[in-house]
Amino acid sequence: MRKWGLLAAALGLTLAACGGSTTTTADGGGDDTAPAAGGSRLDVVKDRGQLICGVDGGIPGFSFVDESGTYSGLDVDVCKAVAAAVLGDAEAVEYRRLDSTERFTALSGGEVDMLSRNTTWTISRDSSVGLEFAPTTFFDGQGMMVKTASGITSLEDFAGKAICVETGTTTELNLTDQMRQLGVDFEPVVFQDADAAYAAYAEGRCEGMTSDKSQLVARRSTLPNPEENILLEVTMSKEPLGPVTVNNDSTWFDVVKWTTFGLMQAEEFGITSENVATFEGTENPDIARFLGAEGTLGTDMGLPNDFMVQVITQVGNYGEIFERNLGADSQFELERGQNALWTEGGLMYSPPFR
Amino acid sequence: MTSVTPDSFSSAPPDVVALGPVPWAKKNLFSDWFNSLLTLVIAGIFSWGMIRLVSWALTTAQWEVIPNNFGLFMTGTFPINLYPRIWALLAIVCGLAGLSWGVLGRNLSTLFSRNVLIGFGVACAFMVLFPPTRPSSLILLPIVALVAGTAAAGRQIGRKFPGVGKWISLAWFLSYFVALWLIGGGLGLTKVSTNDWGGLLLTLFTAVSGIALCFPLGLLLALGRRSALPIVRGLSTLYIEIVRGVPLVAVLFMGQVMIPLFLPLGSRPDRILRAIIALALFSAAYLAENVRAGLQAVPRGQQEAAMSLGLNTPTTLGLIILPQALKIAIPAIVGQFISLFQDTTLLSIVGLAELLGIGKSILANPSYLGRYAEVYLFLAVIYWFFCYAMSLGSRKIEEKLNTDN
Repeated sequence: MRKWGLLAAALGLTLAACGGSTTTTADGGGDDTAPAAGGSRLDVVKDRGQLICGVDGGIPGFSFVDESGTYSGLDVDVCKAVAAAVLGDAEAVEYRRLDSTERFTALSGGEVDMLSRNTTWTISRDSSVGLEFAPTTFFDGQGMMVKTASGITSLEDFAGKAICVETGTTTELNLTDQMRQLGVDFEPVVFQDADAAYAAYAEGRCEGMTSDKSQLVARRSTLPNPEENILLEVTMSKEPLGPVTVNNDSTWFDVVKWTTFGLMQAEEFGITSENVATFEGTENPDIARFLGAEGTLGTDMGLPNDFMVQVITQVGNYGEIFERNLGADSQFELERGQNALWTEGGLMYSPPFR
Repeated sequence: MTSVTPDSFSSAPPDVVALGPVPWAKKNLFSDWFNSLLTLVIAGIFSWGMIRLVSWALTTAQWEVIPNNFGLFMTGTFPINLYPRIWALLAIVCGLAGLSWGVLGRNLSTLFSRNVLIGFGVACAFMVLFPPTRPSSLILLPIVALVAGTAAAGRQIGRKFPGVGKWISLAWFLSYFVALWLIGGGLGLTKVSTNDWGGLLLTLFTAVSGIALCFPLGLLLALGRRSALPIVRGLSTLYIEIVRGVPLVAVLFMGQVMIPLFLPLGSRPDRILRAIIALALFSAAYLAENVRAGLQAVPRGQQEAAMSLGLNTPTTLGLIILPQALKIAIPAIVGQFISLFQDTTLLSIVGLAELLGIGKSILANPSYLGRYAEVYLFLAVIYWFFCYAMSLGSRKIEEKLNTDN
């Protein structure tokens, strides 16, 4: 009987010990994951001194763990920008890996402060799921990859040719819709699994391979001769990806929204992490307001007035983030395309900071 | 009583005639034309596969993804400056393992047999030559020495104090909490958020915790299902049948997604704790059925004999029934433990960075895109190592407990 007592004690102790570790999550005591009654998530984040950001953790270019054990990628840099704006420290982020099924419950349950996790902005998610979508940080869309040698330059050239596609996805439906609209008679080669589809494309079973552009670009670098493949200038579906916060918390949503806009505005102003110091004492009233030297744009939102200086110094502007993770400075060498500034024919457009 | 000559009525098995390699092959592989053909075909297929694999591993494969991310595979995003704590933990576990080995093997004539010495030699050579472990070999080699040292010491202690086994069990029990303290911090050490626990460390931690929790629970459920009390029996049966009718992924998702919805905001248990509880509750149902099989295999006469000796129900169970039942059920129980260990891979799809999850993250690193085969092969070897160690351990226990001839 003594043994049973010991066993019971062991069970209790284990549970107590594990339970004890629950409160150490993120903050070291206190259940501050819950928003204070009537207060904003902004105050919770400030009190905690750390931002909890939901990421995927396994998407090339968007969020992954590098050799030194730190999170990197475009999604991760958005988290860092918000942390720099609110707390003045881009490293004060705890990354929570979230699966696509649990991301929304984790957000609405208050487990994470924001999502930056390849989430497509749709009307149903915005309205019935109860989310707020901050400005799009990456305009993705279904693209088409072909071999340079094939000489294919547009979808019309696919008449009588084979295209590899994953079965059961919206990708397949978009492709057939698009091709029927164009009246092109092509041969779809469907695969259950993405790995098999790309392998078949590499072997030359089909002339084209279709999927989301960011995926195609990531996969292209794993092909035997990446430089012999190009992405056509065609987009078959809209996939605007951006950070997300929970409904009914305007104060916090504004912070995330305007930090994201600030990244684009900084690029428009030509302010980068390298030259931001030279803008100190600038004559340009727009830039002076933007950087908090004049006016009260930051303090009105409950942030330090120079929050954009912190963001740009520690993370950089949108162009820098893009080039570092997906563009010329990365393996992917993705063109800016739709993700260029509106002044350069893209869709990145920030409302005025005034 | 007549004495019989041991020669004529010996119960010892007949002497095994040792065959040389050529006669052995002739007897077992090439006994007739059909077997010879079969041998050649299978040997051909096997060696073709091995040659392909080896040539891939030596020429096509790019192994630098393993050494460059070795720390990540082992501990996930655990802060690098706190690695000494993990080393201390490894030293404690290895020391205890050596001590236990020494005490258990106190009656063996030689503790360090030829096979064991070869094993040690291979381990040391591996640590010195293999790239991922080379920078750490300064720490790993003393740990191997520690295992050997504590084993030798344990043997001496075990011979002097035969009752030391109990204390070793207690030490293992306490080491779990020391491990929790070393990993998680607190009480004077820097705290490490459970969010940063990962890799093999998290896999082993969840598996060990899950096993430790599911065993007593499964035992109680098995006894409950055979109880004479109708409500206890009914509830145990209901629990077992409900849990066995639900896939583990569903239980894990329920723990990660639904539990937080039921609880008030802010009072959400840690994700790792939720995962451990889900794993333990799930495995307990299967374990209960394994134990029940063992209980049913114990002849009814055992219980009747115990009762006629005047033992009450708890002592009958604890001293007569359970020792026999658990001995019978060991292979099935260890099988359940092994599958629990492998089930921890499912935690990667609920967003925990255990061994498989951190592997996915590393594969998303642009520098290592497309290194699937290398990473997954490496992970498979790690899982195989631990599962094989468990099954080897269970075989040793079976041998030790085998009392009938």
